[in-house]
Amino acid sequence: MTQEPILTARGLLKRYGRVTALNNCDFDLYPGEILAVIGDNGAGKSTLIKAISGAVIPDEGIIELDGKQVLFKSPIEAREAGIETVYQNLALSPALSIADNMFLGREIRKPGFLGDWLRMLDRPAMEKRARDKLTELGLMTIQNISQAVETLSGGQRQGVAVARAAAFGSKMVIMDEPTAALGVKESRRVLELILDVKKRGLPIVLISHNMPHVFEVADRIHIHRLGRRLCVIDPKQYTMSDAVAFMTGAKLPPEAALAA
Amino acid sequence: MSQVQEFEKAISSSDSVAAFDEHGTSVVKRIQHFLHSTPAAVPLIVLVLAIAVFGVTIGGRFFSSYTLTLILQQIAIVGILGAAQTLVILTAGIDLSIGVIMVISAVIMGNCAVTYGLPTLLAVVIGLAAGGACGLLNGLLVAYMKLPPFIVTLGTWNIVMATNFIYSANETIRDADVDVQAPLLHLFGLNFKVGTAVLTLGVIAMVVLVLILWYVLNHTAWGRHVYAVGDDPEAAKLSGIQTRKVLISVYTLAGLIAAFAAWVSIGRNGSISPSAAVTDYNLQAITATVIGGISLFGGRGSILGTLFGAMIVGVVSMGLNMMGADPQWKVLLTGVLIIGAVAIDQWIRKVSV
Repeated sequence: MTQEPILTARGLLKRYGRVTALNNCDFDLYPGEILAVIGDNGAGKSTLIKAISGAVIPDEGIIELDGKQVLFKSPIEAREAGIETVYQNLALSPALSIADNMFLGREIRKPGFLGDWLRMLDRPAMEKRARDKLTELGLMTIQNISQAVETLSGGQRQGVAVARAAAFGSKMVIMDEPTAALGVKESRRVLELILDVKKRGLPIVLISHNMPHVFEVADRIHIHRLGRRLCVIDPKQYTMSDAVAFMTGAKLPPEAALAA
Repeated sequence: MSQVQEFEKAISSSDSVAAFDEHGTSVVKRIQHFLHSTPAAVPLIVLVLAIAVFGVTIGGRFFSSYTLTLILQQIAIVGILGAAQTLVILTAGIDLSIGVIMVISAVIMGNCAVTYGLPTLLAVVIGLAAGGACGLLNGLLVAYMKLPPFIVTLGTWNIVMATNFIYSANETIRDADVDVQAPLLHLFGLNFKVGTAVLTLGVIAMVVLVLILWYVLNHTAWGRHVYAVGDDPEAAKLSGIQTRKVLISVYTLAGLIAAFAAWVSIGRNGSISPSAAVTDYNLQAITATVIGGISLFGGRGSILGTLFGAMIVGVVSMGLNMMGADPQWKVLLTGVLIIGAVAIDQWIRKVSV
């Protein structure tokens, strides 16, 4: 890689009581790539991701975004810095409409008196942007943007959550198990969505247990083991069973791939 | 397009899985969808039906604008309290203390104006502040101590009720004294006639308040956040909503509205009686809210429904009254309405695809 990484983390450490969730962990994300993060349950993947997305504050270590050191105290701060996360539970409000959900927590107000004094939301503007984004990602066939999210299928909801992240993420998008709860067909659609987002130039961190999905879309695979980055491999040079073997410790990773 | 894996070959790529399209064309499904997107429709239909049924059985006497506006006068206080209750229930909470907050606010307003001789406007402000403070206490306990709203408000219900009796020594402030020393407290009792219809300022205040809250809930970010917090607090938090602030503001506003209801109640009752604290205002407000289609699980319903819910109770009790029925029938029918409303709410919730 000759490019500068968009986000780097060095020496992250996080302890929960006597459990060390992150042990001197490093992380690099380069522009325009899909980086998959895999690891056994309890390896510390989610803690790593939470540290990057601001949900967890690491005890030690530094995170740099675009070469500048950052310290996120909440997911909101990370979001403001351009890091969007698609949570496994999607973080959507079922009773609210698609448009309301996409703009939840960062609503657009009407200009002038209506917005400044009556705090009126600019629904037409929000709906237009939501519709544009969904159309851009090929999710819009018959439009009813004011439909409640709970009337959508699992894949459609995922689509809304991804569209929200893609609409606001200026630096990177983190996706936590985006296909875990979906059927085969819907998973396929979401994978295409991920590639679509990548095509728009946003780098993606993909956390997944699904090896076929990981090997299909990832440019690099970060293998997490025992609270730290074990190695980063190129999915074209290794097989899925290799990856699982590294992940579980059944096989030692090659020197070249070893993390510094 | 990503390459398709072996086991997925059977899926035709043109199949648009995550596309948004219309589902369910059966009539029942459509009704379900309609009710889902228009939560105030059920209570409105019930209200119209109730008026029609009583109108047909009782006749013109019931249909007169005098009777119908009398119903509005009777429900003004419960309607305003119901509006406050709606805010709290939308966040998946409940406020049992709302009735006694109203009573203590009324007592404070009365004492300040009549007994201490403060300017009436100042007395009103102090009363409103007291109600808001009670609500703030509820909000802090719910948001920061993370106690269940039922428990918090059950506690403050008792605390406020006892404080009310201790503070007032259960002394009623007489109508005449209020009239002489602080006529402004009777402001919302003022009425004016339009033909045979009699409207009080209290009725108008209730309608205006509900309309304002409807606007705020549907057309401001704060309103959307109230729904989101009640719907799924975890999701709301991850979406960047400061859920604690929303909860505190909701409970405080509920207390403030309860204090406003106090002002209206002084206008309606004339005198100010601390013993009103034993009246089940809180349960009446919850009843109006639930019959109005506000889901007790939070995040669903329209505040207009609460207004209709309060009117339904008013129409039923007035109608049965005029028919000379035993008042217990009204209680029985209210119970049926509550269970029916919650059953319909559960059915509407199952709307998804």
